[in-house]
Amino acid sequence: MLSDALKQKFDAVIARYPVKRSAIVPLLMFAQDEAGHVTEEAIQEIAQRVGVRPIEVIEDIGYYSMLHRRPIGRYNLQVCTNISCMLRGGGAIFEHCSKKLGIGHKQTTPDGTFSLEEVECLGACCGAPAMQVNYDYYENLTPETIDALIDGLRKKNPASET
Amino acid sequence: MAHYENPMRGSSLEVKVLTERFGIPNVEKLDVFVQHNGYEGLRKALTMTPDAVIAEVKKSALRGRGGAGFNAGMKWGFVPRQSPKPKYVVCNADESEPGTCKDRVLIEYDPHQLIEGNIIAGYAIGSHQGYIYIRGEYRYLMEILDRAIGEAYAAGFLGKNILGSGFDFDLATHTGAGAYECGEETALLNSLEGLRGYPRVKPPFPAVVGLYGCPTIINNVETLSSVPSILRNGGDWYAKIGTPNNGGTRLFALSGHIERPGIYELPMGIPLRRILEEVGGGVWKGKKLKCVIPGGSSCPVLTASEIDVPMDFDSLSKIGSMLGSGGVVFIDEDTCMVKAAWRIMKFYAHESCGWCIPCREGTAWLKALLERFHGNGGMAEDIDTALDVSYNMLGKTLCPLGDAAAMPTISILKKFRHEFEEHLKLGSCPFEARGSESGVRVSAGVAI
Repeated sequence: MLSDALKQKFDAVIARYPVKRSAIVPLLMFAQDEAGHVTEEAIQEIAQRVGVRPIEVIEDIGYYSMLHRRPIGRYNLQVCTNISCMLRGGGAIFEHCSKKLGIGHKQTTPDGTFSLEEVECLGACCGAPAMQVNYDYYENLTPETIDALIDGLRKKNPASET
Repeated sequence: MAHYENPMRGSSLEVKVLTERFGIPNVEKLDVFVQHNGYEGLRKALTMTPDAVIAEVKKSALRGRGGAGFNAGMKWGFVPRQSPKPKYVVCNADESEPGTCKDRVLIEYDPHQLIEGNIIAGYAIGSHQGYIYIRGEYRYLMEILDRAIGEAYAAGFLGKNILGSGFDFDLATHTGAGAYECGEETALLNSLEGLRGYPRVKPPFPAVVGLYGCPTIINNVETLSSVPSILRNGGDWYAKIGTPNNGGTRLFALSGHIERPGIYELPMGIPLRRILEEVGGGVWKGKKLKCVIPGGSSCPVLTASEIDVPMDFDSLSKIGSMLGSGGVVFIDEDTCMVKAAWRIMKFYAHESCGWCIPCREGTAWLKALLERFHGNGGMAEDIDTALDVSYNMLGKTLCPLGDAAAMPTISILKKFRHEFEEHLKLGSCPFEARGSESGVRVSAGVAI
């Protein structure tokens, strides 16, 4: 179920545009923030609110790399390996994460805590190598800071304690 | 809590126009911003005619900071103000060009300056609605902007009858969701209309037929953030800071193999060598420079012997490269340029939207070719094949992504052909054989 707060946010966002369908991508992002991925219910609700067919919403989801229709880990590690990060060891950072978590690109740990993704430039080139965990930036990464970060997140996540 | 450092590392060569308020405590709040000349540019603009505002911006020789380098005032002048249609201001905050991270600091450390620039642009072209299109990854920046926009409404700088002038202007943020292509202005407009970010045929240009088919100007964050100080101090003042036809300062993001990576505000026309040696502290670890990407990964690379070039749009164009988006990436002597070319192409192949065939096919095939070449499966004819494919992408696509993929590749193939030949001769990567670390993971010909 979409929360009431989210539905109110939908109304406020749609009101910003003279043409309602402009709101599709922001609404998808906000719905995904709440549920962790874009649910079927969100697709139906957004389509109905902006007055398009659900397939048109799905077409957008297929285009934008940050939108997911399936659940991903609670913490999505997005490691940049583009040129500026590559030059400062971004590739090794990705491999370190992969080894430590036992998963590869666009995979999720069995307990649903972590996902890993190799991403393109995050706009953190002066702090390379860099990554984002969900929306949070982490820069000047080393294998040690990655270990500390992943261990810290593991402790924070109640799902992994059971 | 932020898990990163402020990238503004400081240098005595800096000229602070855009960043003059950086470091003032709480300047992201409206009352502090106003105490430091905030919204003074807007006040001045509202006493002038829209034509006079456009003339001032033209005079400043402010050129588009997103990469294309078009004169901003001239762009505004293309809007048919007598048109009965609504007009729109769209701020491009979809910063995604590899090597570029300067719009991020402008939004984080001085969001009201950007809002002020948007309002002035709106006044100049007769627009009553602006959108700031911000890349999805920059969520924390959207929250900063949303807060600042809320403050601006409460204080009467946005909304109806701004400062009693009779001018109305609304402004809202709009999040993207991960697509480099949406930084291209017509793809951005489609995205803002709720569609996939495919580019449109030009002409007509957005100034005439843009958002919802209405006249629209699209300017980069840095471009619009430069406008308030131009109005406050005059176009002549701004133009004098740079070189002829390249007004003002710009934010350079220095990254890669450099001692002091960071963002620095420097006058247009400063030689690249001074940026490397005096601002950035030289190549890291005392190594030698191999080459420089002067303005984001779309720009042809410059060899170490080409770095006396003044960093402005015209000087770089003269030597066959581009100033681009100000993302300067330094590459040291131990880096394999075949790997670098492959990693850059991997990016374009991932980001090509697929609409134009030369780009969709060209990027994918070049990526495969470079991957195989570096994985020691290269053949002598591959080098010329790669050049041929690249030339067949140039100028053959609706948007510049095809060119952006081809140009750096051509420059690397030409300027570093000897490295490709060395791979063939050795049957392996000469840099990997020497154990130098340049961080790309290609094993057994397969990129992970």
